[in-house]
Amino acid sequence: MSVDTETVMKIANLARIAMSEEEAEALKPDLNAILDWVEQLEEVDTDGVEPLAMVIENRTRMREDIVTDGNKRDDILANAPNAEHGFFAVPKVIE
Amino acid sequence: MTDLTDLGVAGLRDGFRAGDFTAREVAEAFNGAVEAASQLNAFIVTTPEKAIEAADAADKDRDAGTLKPLSGVPLGIKDLFCTKGVQSAAASHILEGFTPPYESTVTTKLFDAGAGMLGKLNMDQFAMGSSNETSFFGDVVSPWRRNDGGNAPLTPGGSSGGSSSSVAAHLCPAATGTDTGGSIRQPAAFTGIVGMKPTYGRCSRLGIIAFASSLDQAGPMTRDVRDAAIMLNVMAGYDPGDATSLDVAVPDWEAALSSDLKGKKVGIPKEYRVENMPGEIDALWHKGADMLRDAGAEIVDISLPHTKYALPAYYIIAPAEASANLSRYDGVRYGLRELPEGANLQDMYAATRTAGFGDEVKRRIMIGTYVLSAGYYDAYFTKAQKVRSLIVQDFEKAWEECDLLLTPTAPSAAFALGDLSDDPIAMYLNDVFTVPSSLAGLPAISVPGGLDEKGLPLGLQIIGKPLDEQGVMDAGLAIEERAGFVAGAEKWW
Repeated sequence: MSVDTETVMKIANLARIAMSEEEAEALKPDLNAILDWVEQLEEVDTDGVEPLAMVIENRTRMREDIVTDGNKRDDILANAPNAEHGFFAVPKVIE
Repeated sequence: MTDLTDLGVAGLRDGFRAGDFTAREVAEAFNGAVEAASQLNAFIVTTPEKAIEAADAADKDRDAGTLKPLSGVPLGIKDLFCTKGVQSAAASHILEGFTPPYESTVTTKLFDAGAGMLGKLNMDQFAMGSSNETSFFGDVVSPWRRNDGGNAPLTPGGSSGGSSSSVAAHLCPAATGTDTGGSIRQPAAFTGIVGMKPTYGRCSRLGIIAFASSLDQAGPMTRDVRDAAIMLNVMAGYDPGDATSLDVAVPDWEAALSSDLKGKKVGIPKEYRVENMPGEIDALWHKGADMLRDAGAEIVDISLPHTKYALPAYYIIAPAEASANLSRYDGVRYGLRELPEGANLQDMYAATRTAGFGDEVKRRIMIGTYVLSAGYYDAYFTKAQKVRSLIVQDFEKAWEECDLLLTPTAPSAAFALGDLSDDPIAMYLNDVFTVPSSLAGLPAISVPGGLDEKGLPLGLQIIGKPLDEQGVMDAGLAIEERAGFVAGAEKWW
């Protein structure tokens, strides 16, 4: 499977990376080389093999149902490019 | 008195305890070495005041008789670790200026144990790279040079290139690293130091900027195996803040270190004999087997049939996880925000990410987004996770026949900066020997084995069973004792 310029631009949009048609055109050979290379996995017979879910045996732990990260509003906002009135501020979403 | 910067972790700890020098003298010596080595570009931020502060506390603790495990030892910290109040940018533009209001679990443990911080170490951007050429803050240069008289600047490996360069150049006695597909072990091999990746889950990932969460592990980069054991003893341990952290006891690896390998079987996986591998690496591998035999181990040939597919599986799984993890950088909560005139929220996301991520990071986000996208998920991602299961099973079968594996760490010695930067796949092949154990979450160490004909270090890798860090470090020690690797980079910086 190889990707065309249109697909590269579609992926870029999904990934929220701005890309002109020229940039997509330039990136296409790199992406196709990588995709061609990973496609050698098709040689491997994986019928009946479960996809890996956990690399080292572990269990999901329960914890006490208590708030553990509250009361840190100012810490959380400290690195925000724009914080107002105790919230993250972003450009207007609704016209 | 010997130059304090020539001492490693054990030497500093023990000398400080014995009263041979003060912690402040140590911190000042390393601060001076860091300041004088700007040509290596190993540090993004230096924090001499933090090193002095911890040293003064250590000197007081010594007077009071309240010494801690790492009192008197200053460290370099990879920029992937969040450090409270000190920029933690993962060597990226998008996180430039980000100063975490909290400390990662691993650095908390190190600092609580008395260690100081010399600064934040340069690395490949978001730990994506094998040569330290993807950092927004410039390439790191290895202190090593070829002996052919040429002065071509060499790569320190990646992604923990600032860590490897600074430990090899004696700018710090030890450093933290992180390893996703070989990012501790390959740079260690390239610079003639020890790099240890523990079992997945040994070290908490809390506060380590995420790349590929099912693979990322922290570990020490040190001058010798004993120092790796000392560091790992402090770094490891259960953390309820990381859902994949292992709730198991941390043994005293340093105390139990032994290079007597009687009764151990060490497997040589035949599939690691790859095409175009330099003869010197093959020869070193044989020498390594002889060293382990001399230490009492039995050497057996084993097979890991799916080895060839580990790297392509990794280059689906790691970018897929990265594309999900890096979706958080959107210009809203932290880091860079690019807001062109009249831009709406969606435009802001795209403008921020386009300006903030480097080319290799974008390439991996694009690959990851594609393999996770509707219609392709099963063909790529599920397929890769099935192959990953087969790779894990390969290792499980191997453990029926042996206790440890011996392989080269990397398929070549350090290359010159710029040599591979135009060819992503050639760069990815650097990790051919380190990726399989990463996919299986296994502990593995790289120790220096010797020099190639150009005078550059080569590493040998020991891979062990889950949680057998002891076996891995013991075998590493056996090689270290026999390889007699005492070479260091000649100072030119």
